[in-house]
Amino acid sequence: MRRTSLILFTALACAGFSQAAAAEGTLTVYTYESFTADWGPGPQVEKAFEAQCDCDLKFVSVADGVALLNRLRLEGGNTDADIVLGLDTNLTAEAKKTGFFAPHGISTDKVTVPGGWSDDTFVPFDYGYFAVVYDTKAIVNPPKSMHDFLKGREGKIVIEDPRTSTPGLGLMLWIRKIYGDLSPEAYEELKQRVLTVTPGWSEAYGLFTSGEAHMVLSYTTSPAYHMIAEDSDRYQAASFSEGHYMQIEVAGQTRKGAQNPLAAQFLAFMTSPAFQDIIPETNWMLPAAPTSKPLDPAFGKLVQPTKALIYTPEEVAEHREDWVKQWLSVMSK
Amino acid sequence: MATRSLTGAGTAAWISVLALVLLAAGAFLPLAIMALPGGGGAVAGALGDPVVWRSLRFTLVQAALSTGLSLLFAVPVAAALYEMRRFPGRGLVLRLFALPLALPQIVAVLAIVGLYGERGAVSRMVESAGLGFPSIYGLTGILIAHVFFNMPLAVRIVLGGLASMPGEYDRLSYQLGMGFRARFRHVVWPFMRPALASAASLIFMLCVTSFTVVLTLGGGPRATTLEVAIYQALTFDFDIARAVLLAGVQIAVTALAFGLLARAGGEVSAGLTVGALRPFLVRRHVPGQAVSAITILVGTLFVLLPFAVIIWRGLSADLMGLFGQAGFQRALATSLILGTLAACLAVSLSLALASGMARAAAGRRFRGERTRAERAIGQSSSLILVVPPVVIAAGWFVVIRQFSSAYAAAPVMVVTINAAMAVPFAIRLILPAVTGAAERYDRLCLQLGLRGFSRLRLVTWPLVRRATLLAFAFSLALSLGDLGVIAIFGSQDVQTLPYLILQRMGSYRTQDAAGLALILCAMTMALMMIADRAGKEDSARERSET
Repeated sequence: MRRTSLILFTALACAGFSQAAAAEGTLTVYTYESFTADWGPGPQVEKAFEAQCDCDLKFVSVADGVALLNRLRLEGGNTDADIVLGLDTNLTAEAKKTGFFAPHGISTDKVTVPGGWSDDTFVPFDYGYFAVVYDTKAIVNPPKSMHDFLKGREGKIVIEDPRTSTPGLGLMLWIRKIYGDLSPEAYEELKQRVLTVTPGWSEAYGLFTSGEAHMVLSYTTSPAYHMIAEDSDRYQAASFSEGHYMQIEVAGQTRKGAQNPLAAQFLAFMTSPAFQDIIPETNWMLPAAPTSKPLDPAFGKLVQPTKALIYTPEEVAEHREDWVKQWLSVMSK
Repeated sequence: MATRSLTGAGTAAWISVLALVLLAAGAFLPLAIMALPGGGGAVAGALGDPVVWRSLRFTLVQAALSTGLSLLFAVPVAAALYEMRRFPGRGLVLRLFALPLALPQIVAVLAIVGLYGERGAVSRMVESAGLGFPSIYGLTGILIAHVFFNMPLAVRIVLGGLASMPGEYDRLSYQLGMGFRARFRHVVWPFMRPALASAASLIFMLCVTSFTVVLTLGGGPRATTLEVAIYQALTFDFDIARAVLLAGVQIAVTALAFGLLARAGGEVSAGLTVGALRPFLVRRHVPGQAVSAITILVGTLFVLLPFAVIIWRGLSADLMGLFGQAGFQRALATSLILGTLAACLAVSLSLALASGMARAAAGRRFRGERTRAERAIGQSSSLILVVPPVVIAAGWFVVIRQFSSAYAAAPVMVVTINAAMAVPFAIRLILPAVTGAAERYDRLCLQLGLRGFSRLRLVTWPLVRRATLLAFAFSLALSLGDLGVIAIFGSQDVQTLPYLILQRMGSYRTQDAAGLALILCAMTMALMMIADRAGKEDSARERSET
């Protein structure tokens, strides 16, 4: 009896580890959780790309965008990833400095993000604006500015950790952009408003939609999901008079990926309508290149930021460590 | 020939000691690496980081509060269980109180969110009564979870302490017509106090190294313990200097807590057994009985409800769909394989250590004083308590990373560290059997020239088999539920069930997480029940023998 179970375990062990062995013609893409979720772009992207490449597209997901970069550092260059998808422009300068990435070598003429695109290592796949999204059933007077929001007392918000999450980092930079050197005081106020800090966007948004919190740090485009998929106006983004911080999400190939012809093919595919068509209604972000048909009218009903705020990648690379430490030292009090 | 057989057992024990010490030494290796040019300054630089000292403060505060609250609730429940010594289901209640010890923390966290979260059953009830219920993210949630794990443990330890009271004390106090308060003060409390002291030191020790609960319920930087801070310094900030400093502070704190534990005469495995109280019938007054009954009921509900939530939510998840997921099948297989290997290793190490201790004990039969060897072997089994799993895992991660992919080492690290984690419990279960076997048959075996493997097969194994299986079941349950090591070493290639639950919680697939929690809960609880049953048959047999 005991011997049978031992044999069974060994058999299971072999089965378990043989599955881990990589097949040929595989493209491994590191990305964030919500990209690979059932309702995210991952499953459709996989289907569309595999249809044209005759290969196996494999996603590996971590909590969120910043965690992607941490993960590469922890692996110390010894990575399985061909493509890293889900960093944003706040991280590109720093990511380049790690030396893990290789130039993309494709044409980015089709890219249509605000401000244009000229980076030789990273290719944008979508963009959006951070926003406080609230539940209209719980918040009667939504904040009209960052100032209102920080001083407000109605409801609690779930935010993401800037050490792991690009929205978390985005919020920190957003406050930084508005308050400059007075940011620590602003974080102090933010702390009073926070229910919990999650490592990734999906967990935060999940807590929000399940009713644990009445506000969440997300995007101006998030309400489109509830309008289109759930036919509901219940969740709305608050428009802030100071402007909204902009995020351009990018992907790049690793040095390992540069040896794999599928990697460049994937990056080119990413800027084609086949990929871009999937983005708006699965990742709920704005497309970074032309789509084959116009966006759903719901996207027209969203908050249009009066002003787009953004730091250059170099500015963020120079200060990120210090700014995050400052954030942490206020938030941990 | 005789001496050779003695050294044989000694060698095995010393190899085990060496293995455990080596494993723990991994925690200190990064220090050596950091000591290379430039590294030392970085660690010293991290000394000025207020975040380090805040996590130290929070670690101590939450551990002290958790200990205090656990004891505060345990005393009335234990006193009530002591008063009501014969009621149907009392055995069940005590057995229920043993379950949290092996319940994976992440499973309990899910249940606690389900009960006390913003939309939890309990918090909604409290709110509908017009009262506010604090958010569980942060200190509140951590305390609820720690009390859930440790209050039952304290009850069992206290009842174990009370079992050592001579039955006459009880009878005499009734004859003297003492009321409950007088009896509690003069009879019960003197026996309860030392048990409480050892329970307190044990609970403090467990809470100081709490990882999973704080990671999932902490609610961000406000509530970060040293263990979580180590994990974050490594995986969030990639700040090795800070991780090394935090690990040093953590080891200092646990060493201190362990010193307290040793002084208070506590044992980490104290909750595993609970002494039987002599039942006797006396007339009691009804109000006292009612208060006792209510206390027991409330205490039982507090422990039972999370289990009920796990089962209820798990059953409403799509279990069939879950079974069909490749990710689940792989995690299940990985968990079972790594857990089994870890449990095998834990049991082997414990057997070797126990034999070594039995040898050393046999050697001092006429001297009475514990030899240094005996003490060293005994202490090495508790090394993991001073150098906690997350610290060891972080240390090895930093070291292995220098040479190759640290993630590839995941299976080895999970198996060895989880095995070391289980050793203090396993040895407690195995040691009495091994010592008994040695005391009874040492001389006979020496006469017959029976030694080595044949002695193990013919003499020792039949005697220690039951205890070994018990230890195996418990070790397996512990390994299956551990999240600390896999949180650091886990990757797409190696995922265990707790890791998968954490991921599914992160991607907010609550349904999946609930289903996984039920499966993991069922597995560990089945193991605990097997262990419980084996233990009972054991003691039943012993009783019939005497």
